[in-house]
Order: sequence, then C-alpha cells, then structure tokens
Amino acid sequence: MADVTNNSYQPGTSPAGASSGMSWGEWLDRHSRTFFITPAVTLILIFAIFPTFYSIVFALSRVRFTADGLQFRFVGLQNFAKQFFGNDQVHFLGKTEGIGVLGWVFFGAVTAAVLWWLYRSLRITSPVGMLGRLISAAMAIFIAWIMGASLLAGSTIGTLLTTLFYVFVGCALQFVIGTGLAFLCSQPIAGKNFFRVIFFIPLMVTPLGVGYAMKMVADITKGPFEPLLRGFGIENWVWSADPWAARFVMMICDSWQWIPFIFICMLAALENVPRDHVEAAQVDGASSVQIFREITWPQIVPVAVTVLLIRTIEAFKIVDLPNIMTGGGPGSSTESMTLHSLYIWRSNDIGTSAAVAYLLLILTVVVCASFFNYVVLGQLRKARA
Amino acid sequence: MSFRKMTTCMLSAGVAVCGLSAVAAAGEFDGVTVNILTRPGYVIAGRLAERGKEFEAATGGKIVVTEVPFAEIFPKIQADWSTGTNSIDVGVFAAGWGVELDAAGLLEDMDPYIAKDTKIDLADVAPYFREFGQKVGGKTKLLMVDGDFQMVYYRKDVLEKAGLQPPKTWQDYLDVASKIHGQDMNGDGQADYGSCIFKKRNAQSYMAIQTVAASFVQTQGTAQGFYFDNATMKPVVNNEAWKKAFELYKETGKYGPPEELNMDIGDTRAIFKAGRCGLLIEWGDPGTLQLDPDAAAVKGLIFAVGAVGTKEVLDRATGKLVPVTKENAPYSVDGINYAPFAAFGGWAGAINSKIDQKKKDAAYAFLSYMNQAAQSNVDVTIGATGYNPYRNSQLVSTDLWVKAGMPADLAENYLGAINGALNNLNMASDMKIPGAQKYTGVVLDTELARYLAGEITVDEALKNIEAGWEEVTEDFGREEQIKAQALAMGTGG
Repeated sequence: MADVTNNSYQPGTSPAGASSGMSWGEWLDRHSRTFFITPAVTLILIFAIFPTFYSIVFALSRVRFTADGLQFRFVGLQNFAKQFFGNDQVHFLGKTEGIGVLGWVFFGAVTAAVLWWLYRSLRITSPVGMLGRLISAAMAIFIAWIMGASLLAGSTIGTLLTTLFYVFVGCALQFVIGTGLAFLCSQPIAGKNFFRVIFFIPLMVTPLGVGYAMKMVADITKGPFEPLLRGFGIENWVWSADPWAARFVMMICDSWQWIPFIFICMLAALENVPRDHVEAAQVDGASSVQIFREITWPQIVPVAVTVLLIRTIEAFKIVDLPNIMTGGGPGSSTESMTLHSLYIWRSNDIGTSAAVAYLLLILTVVVCASFFNYVVLGQLRKARA
Repeated sequence: MSFRKMTTCMLSAGVAVCGLSAVAAAGEFDGVTVNILTRPGYVIAGRLAERGKEFEAATGGKIVVTEVPFAEIFPKIQADWSTGTNSIDVGVFAAGWGVELDAAGLLEDMDPYIAKDTKIDLADVAPYFREFGQKVGGKTKLLMVDGDFQMVYYRKDVLEKAGLQPPKTWQDYLDVASKIHGQDMNGDGQADYGSCIFKKRNAQSYMAIQTVAASFVQTQGTAQGFYFDNATMKPVVNNEAWKKAFELYKETGKYGPPEELNMDIGDTRAIFKAGRCGLLIEWGDPGTLQLDPDAAAVKGLIFAVGAVGTKEVLDRATGKLVPVTKENAPYSVDGINYAPFAAFGGWAGAINSKIDQKKKDAAYAFLSYMNQAAQSNVDVTIGATGYNPYRNSQLVSTDLWVKAGMPADLAENYLGAINGALNNLNMASDMKIPGAQKYTGVVLDTELARYLAGEITVDEALKNIEAGWEEVTEDFGREEQIKAQALAMGTGG
C-alpha cells in the first residue's frame, strides 16, 4: 500500500508485473533465459511433440479419406494387436510356430541371464531404476523368444528382427572397421591424410545417391562384379532373390556409408590420447597390444560408447537403401520397421502405419535407453573415476 | 526417339490443332495450368507431356505432368484431393480405382462437358471401356487413354523351331516354358529364358497372378467375378483354384531370369525386346513394342494368345478344383475354361471435383483431346507410349497397324487376340469397388511377393489375403461393398 500511496510508479519505465523501480532493461535481463528458450520450445512443441502425440490418435483409429477430409473411427489397440496376433503377425514378428531345441536353449539362456541381472539389481537399484530394468528385461526376453521361435527355428523372420539385424550386426561391423581404420590413420604412416579424406567421403553422399550407386555396384548380372562371379561359375544366382543374401548386401551397403562416421569420431578420440602416456608405457617395455588395451582403449571408451549409441539410434531408421535397392524384397525380407511403416502409410492405411511407427519408437527407446543406462553411463563413470 | 516416332509425332501434331478446335479455341486457356499425376517413365506419362505441348500451343493451357512410383499414384491422389490440398488437377490411373474416389465425391462428372464436345465420339469407344472403364454409377467420370487386357505372348520362331504349339492352358504354358528354357533365342551365345514375368513387389506383379487365377475361378460369365461371393462379399480366394494359380505362377520362375523377383515391367520389356524371352504375360504393348528400333531382334516374331485357360475349375461349394464340363463352365471351349483378364482396365484420366471451373474446363479439354480418335489412333500404335487400343476404329481393321509398320500377319494375330478377349462372354473384369487398390495392389501384392520369396506357404498367403480382404471390406462397410460390387458387375441398380 505504501508504494501506491507514495505513487512512485513511473509510467513507461517499468513493464507490467515488474516490481516498482525496475527498468525495462532490468526486467528483460532477469527474464532473458525465458525469452531465449521460448522460440526453441515452441518450435519443438509444434514440430516434434504435437505430431508425436497427435499420431497416437491415428494409431488408435482406422482412417478413411472422404470429400470432407479425414474420417476417424476409434478402434482401440486393434492396429497394434494385429501386428502381434492378427494377419500382420508374420510380417512383423516372422513365423513363430515351432521353437526348436536350439531356440529353447537360447531363450532359456537369455531369460536366466536377464533374471540373474534383475536379481542382482534388486540390492543396488531404486524402485524407479528397477522399473526401468524390468522394462528392459521384458523386452530382452520377448526378443529372445522371437529369435528362438523364428530365426533359430529356421523360419522366416519379420521386420522386427530384420531391423535388429541391421542395427546390431551392422553397427558392430561398422564399429570394428571404423575403429580399426581410425587406429591405422592415427599411426605415423605415409599418406594418412589422404586416407582420412578418402575414408570420410561416403558419409557426404546422400542416402538416395548411395542407394542407386549400390544398386548398380551390387547388380551381379551387369555390375562390376559380374565377370568375377562368372569366373567362379556363379551365373544363375542373384542376391536380390535370396532373403539372407539381400539382407547382408543391405547391411554391407549401409556400412559403407556409415563406417566413416565411426571412423572420424574415433580418430578424433585417438588423436586426443596423451602421447606422454603412450611413450611412458613404451619406455616401461609394454607391447603394442598392452598399450592399446591398458592406455588407449580406456581413454577412448567414453567416446566409443557414445558414438555407438548415436549410430544405433540412427540405424533403427534405415529406410532408403532397402526401398531403393529391393523395394523391401524379396518378399518382405529386407524391409525394416521404418520401411514397413512407410509402405503401409503409402497405401493410406495411416492408422496401422502410425501403430508400427510407435512400435519402432518403443523398441528404439528401450534398446537405446538400456544401452545408455547400463553401458554408456557405466563407462563414463569409470572414465571419470 | 526413332525416326518413325518423330514423323508420327509431327504428323499428329498437325492433326492436333484441328482436333482441339472443337473443345477449345486458341488462347482459351491462357494462364491456366493443369497438373497431372501419373506413373513414372515415358510409358503413359511421356505421351501426356508431348500432347500437352501441342495442347498448350493450341489453347494456351499449360500441362504439367508429375510422375510418382506406381504404388504411390492412388494414395497420393486420394490424400491430395481428400484433404483439400488440390495440388493435382487430373489423375491418370487405373480405371477401376475411380470408384473409391467417386464414392468420396472427389470426381468431376464429365457428362455435361461431353454433351458439348463434338469431337470426342464416345460411340467409337469399345462398349466395355466406355461403360465399365469410363463410367461410375452411370455417369462418365473418367476418359480412357488406354485399354488393357493381359495376354500371353510367345516367340513364334522359337516355338516353331522346337515343334511346339502356343499354350492353351496354364499347364501348357509351363510345359512350353520348360522345353524352350535355356535355348539361345537371340543368337548371342547366351542361354535365354522360357518365361518372363515382372514379379517385383510394389509394382504390377499382382496383375499377372490374376490373369492366371481368373480362368480357374470364373466360369459363369463376366458378372460372376473371381474375387468375392457377390452376395456376401466373402472372399473367394482361400481355395484350391487360387492355390493352383499361385503354385503355377511360382513355378514359372524356374524358367525365368534369376532376378525375376526384383524385375518391374520395364525390366522384362527390356529383355524380351533383346530377344531373351520365349513366353510372356503382358498387356497389349509387346505387339507394338517389337516394332521399336531397339527390338530388331524380335520384330514380327512376338505373337499373342488372347487367353490361356484351364481344364479344372473351382467348385465354389467345396472350394475344390473339378474337371471342366459344359455344366460347370458353360463358356468353355473344348474342355478348357477361358477368362481373359481386363487387367487394370486401362489408364484413364479423372478430374478433381474441387478445382476451379476454368481448370476443370482445361482439364476436360485436354483429356478429351487425348481420347479423340485423331490422337488416340496414332498413340496406340506406338509401343513406347504404353497405350493400347480401346476404340472400335482401332480394333476393327488392321490398316492402322500395318500403316504403323506392323507385319500384316502379326497385326491380324494381335487384333484377333485383343478382340477375342474383349468379346469373350467370360471375360474377367478387374476389381471396381471402393478399396480396389488396397484389396489387390496392397494385400494381394504383399502376400504374393512373400510367397514367391519363400517366406510363407501358399496356404498362409491365401489365408492372409482372405483376412486382409475381409478387413478392407469391414473398413468400407460390407453392405456398401455388396452394393458397389453389384454395380461393378452390372447386376445391381
């Protein structure tokens, strides 16, 4: 009341809501963080968060195109359910009728290991952390069962396991080769700068360009390998008609493009390993293997796991190569979950497409969050210690 | 472009100005742009663009042709028109797909335009294409640019040399293919293929399987159809007839190119033009494509069989195959049931009902121009256009074709095969109900591709198709679909 009575308020010098005597400059200064962050938050809300939540509406509906636009019919979880139990089950999960001895052994081993891990976690993890671990464990056991019942039983696999094949086998291959090349280029060898540029080039090509280039390169009836294969007597076999050969070709072509990413990141990490540590080990008579294992690797491992995490997230989204090179074929052998969703979307079945996209989102989040929590964070803590 | 094609184009361009005068005066559509969406490549799209230039010169209306992958044509048009984006003014697609767009009120009724059009002469369009292809619910909603039937083609020289007759049944097809497979058919020293069929997924493989299946399933005339029990819309697909068709279709792969599962129609056309195929399942195009300069190896050698049939047909009560008799297959000839398949029904143009009137006028004028005999009778004789005959003036006499460079005996055979198919009382119509593209282009195509790749058994494929078709029917409403099917089959009002 005193302020009002004294009437010290000066019109035009303080913004509304500011305490008396505060200038516009001071008020702006105090709220600058809000002003700076608001545009970014607004854009994220509009372009990322809103579509993500709006697509839930699609995933829970059957959508028809009419003269008045889209017509929604709520169907609950039907679009999800048919991926697991309906006529899309084989497409998504693969054929899971008979699980063989190998499948049971694998499933049993994974389940036992996961349960043991959960049991050990009970003593060291908070309730929230335990919930996260339960989700990861459930996902691991489910995938182990699908692998045992389809892949290890010699049956057809679905887009779920095809995606995981691209992610795990592809990323592992890319990591090993990328790190190996980075290690070589970090050594004092002649022409290493030349090789650094050469190894980096594939990453700069657009995925579409890579797809068409690889389609031509991998064409074994007219491509550059045709004489070689003919020399080996392989004339009536084509990779594009063989499901596993097609998946491997896809994975190799994807690796061609992404090895440079691993290479460049790991090269930067290797270049940052202090020379004096290495030289001290050399003076102490350590072998090259010992130096790599004891000096170099512990120092680059935080970068390595982070790079692997980024690459894994990216790998879940593979779509260009199988779309261009095989159209997802033969059959649906090379179809990733992203391509699966795209093809359904392309037929204007937007509800089912959104459901598959959500399943991919759940898979990606659980796999990557598990990797981050149980591998990346552990390595980072170890490095700090 | 060959000299022949260039000359033809120039001559037709001259005729163009006269043809346009009836529906559009010079400068009438100045400043109007008509955006057309259709399939990729020169086939279909190329000739639209070329004729579009003539149209622009004569009327001022600009024609822009946009090409998208085959599997994206219908969903793109449907989404564009339904959501009010309206970036596409005209869609050129399968005649049968129009019914779903029309049910949503998205197609312009062309009858008022036709009433004022003195050049289009729709009486010259063959009745099947005029009544079934162009009309939806009794009104003309599309104009054909192409008429389609799938037929079996054979290399006359190769079969004669091997002492073989053209196939009459699908079993004959396999027998002939197996006997000629591995022969050098073009003298290049390489072993060639007994059969070539485009089997790539997300393309048009699902059409060829229907060509095989139709004669096993449809026996009682065109109105019976071969997809559904028309009274209940229950799929007639999970039975021995479709199973046999799937198995035969897969077996043709033994005598085909090793990469056949990844071959689209352009790929198979390239190899048959190079003289590497003994038998093909194709539309009318090989008849004229063999006249192209790059098909010198097969010019005048690829002959057509209007229909290949079966000696066993489906007993719908039991789902089993039974031998053909006059009772169960009244249209059978010498114990063989034929059901030539009007695959795709032909490419046709439809106008978006939501665009402004000036654009509609220009769009109609252009589609009319494409459809008129003056242009069409030239376009259908050029293989590369992808346009096949659909007007009586193209089908009654071989003169047009001989003039275009086709040997007389081939022209006789070619038109004979098409007319035989067109006039067959048991001709099988392509699907023409809402969801047609989804029933066949998505569900059938996907399951077929997975069966061919060995991912699933034939029984699983058919079971999945049955479930998938039921889902589409439920989506659109069973009662509505029953009515739509009755209209499509000409049995309902």
